[in-house]
Amino acid sequence: MSDLGELYQEILLEHNSKPRNYRQLEDFNCSADGFNPLCGDKVTLFLKVENGTVVDVGFQGSGCAISRASASMLTQSIKGRPVAKAQETFDAFHVMLTEPGADLDYDTLGDLETLSGVIEFPTRIKCAILAWHTLIAALDNTSEPVTTE
Amino acid sequence: MTSHHTGSQPAAPGTPAAPSKTPATVPLDVAKVRQDFPILGQMVNGHPLVYLDNAATSQKPKVVIDCLVNYYTTKNSNVHRGVHTLSQMATDDYEGARAKVRGLLNAAEDREIIFVRGTTEGINLVAQTFGRQNVGQGDEIIISSLEHHSNIVPWQMLCQERGATLKVIPINDAGELLMDDYERLLSSRTKLVSVLHVSNSLGTINPAKQIVEMAHSRGVPVLLDGAQAAPHQQLDVQDLGCDFYVFSGHKLYAPTGIGVLYGRAELLDSMPPWQGGGEMIRSVTFEETLYNDLPNKFEAGTPNIAGAIGLGAAIDYVSNIGMDRIAAWEHELLEYGTRCLSSIEGLRLVGTAEKKTAILSFVMDKAHPHDIGTILDTQGIAIRTGHHCTQPLMDRFGIPATARASLAFYNTKEEVDTLVKGIDRVIEVFS
Repeated sequence: MSDLGELYQEILLEHNSKPRNYRQLEDFNCSADGFNPLCGDKVTLFLKVENGTVVDVGFQGSGCAISRASASMLTQSIKGRPVAKAQETFDAFHVMLTEPGADLDYDTLGDLETLSGVIEFPTRIKCAILAWHTLIAALDNTSEPVTTE
Repeated sequence: MTSHHTGSQPAAPGTPAAPSKTPATVPLDVAKVRQDFPILGQMVNGHPLVYLDNAATSQKPKVVIDCLVNYYTTKNSNVHRGVHTLSQMATDDYEGARAKVRGLLNAAEDREIIFVRGTTEGINLVAQTFGRQNVGQGDEIIISSLEHHSNIVPWQMLCQERGATLKVIPINDAGELLMDDYERLLSSRTKLVSVLHVSNSLGTINPAKQIVEMAHSRGVPVLLDGAQAAPHQQLDVQDLGCDFYVFSGHKLYAPTGIGVLYGRAELLDSMPPWQGGGEMIRSVTFEETLYNDLPNKFEAGTPNIAGAIGLGAAIDYVSNIGMDRIAAWEHELLEYGTRCLSSIEGLRLVGTAEKKTAILSFVMDKAHPHDIGTILDTQGIAIRTGHHCTQPLMDRFGIPATARASLAFYNTKEEVDTLVKGIDRVIEVFS
């Protein structure tokens, strides 16, 4: 097992204690709930999409440091960007957490790279990815809550 | 059928070859019993394993592992139907295990012991036989806020099917049942009380005998979920007076996939069978089937023979050590652990009942249970984190999850110290 420091990097801990965009949007047109039935982690994402761009985003929920930091970084990475870019970021993030040794798209990932240590902790990958599956569901305007199962 | 079916005299605790039982006054030699569990000597993530997830499943002593190897190496055969020697040997051992379970529970008769897959299957069996037979429109079943999902969902399914209602005994902030509320819930509509004997999430030991007496005074039968009680205390179903008692072998140092439903013979006899198939029949034609007697009536199909025999070996093992000595040491560990954890700033124990088994469920101000679990794991410490299959109980405390250290008699105070050091590391990471 790799070093704990690889997993709980400072940026991650900082996002956990001070999550960005941690609020319910007053004005949103896409939203979805995410739930990990194994551990009870919950996240709700609110998006305001205009002309193919995510103009505002917020999240709420309860979960571990990894799921919280991941959701916080997600909001930061997609806010003000085109929807297509959000999808691209999801893809890059998914590769980072599920394909050991894969070439990573560092430009797209940005701060999200600090979550790369999660791949060494298989039981925690679902924590990191929950908000991202919820994002895809929100963009699809899926009414059913997504789960990690 | 074997001679084990006669049974009203108490079964001898242990096989003739086993060493005689140590008196209860002699304290447990923990270093010695640890030698009996091969897995405990292991390194995990570069650290000696500290296994504190015993409420999820217990480790297996070598005598149980050897017993499985021996069974498959020398006796493997099907039970109750062969005329050949191996089949007779397998049948003798399988029925011998039933007699050992009867002894463990102090049930009146061997035929009151039904082998099932585990606690969950035992409860489902009662729900689908006794429940369907006795619960109708407008009737009520009483459970408690402490229940594991396995003692909630089968009754919800039954209530839905029958138009009945589930009533829930509330608890106080310590995690103890509010007995006055229980009293008020009991009524002429109550058809069954089904509560756990010991809470898996909090360790609360319920006043089982009182629960039974209160229900019986209104003619209501009681099922006790003993999954967390059977491994940690002396049991006597006749003294408890319960109508059904269920537990899982794997939490009692036996293999997975074997468990027990005890039921009073009179009740079991009056219930319809559950699954149909071989073993549970007396005769079959295409027009009609006559069902077998107890316990076979409830054991359709080839049973988990090796599992049952392994359970028998585990019962011998704990009986030789002595349940009272096990309980005494675990209580000492609980008191020590409670003292240690209570002194950690920013940590709160969840479940502080006066009567508890050695379960330390806790939450921390700055760290989520999953992060606690991962950080402890990197130091070789195995605990459980999450809702422990008791989501309504977590809701009652307004928390999504806890970190739970659950101890067994092979745990040491040094291991509790290691846990405390591990928690210090958690605090460091999240400071």
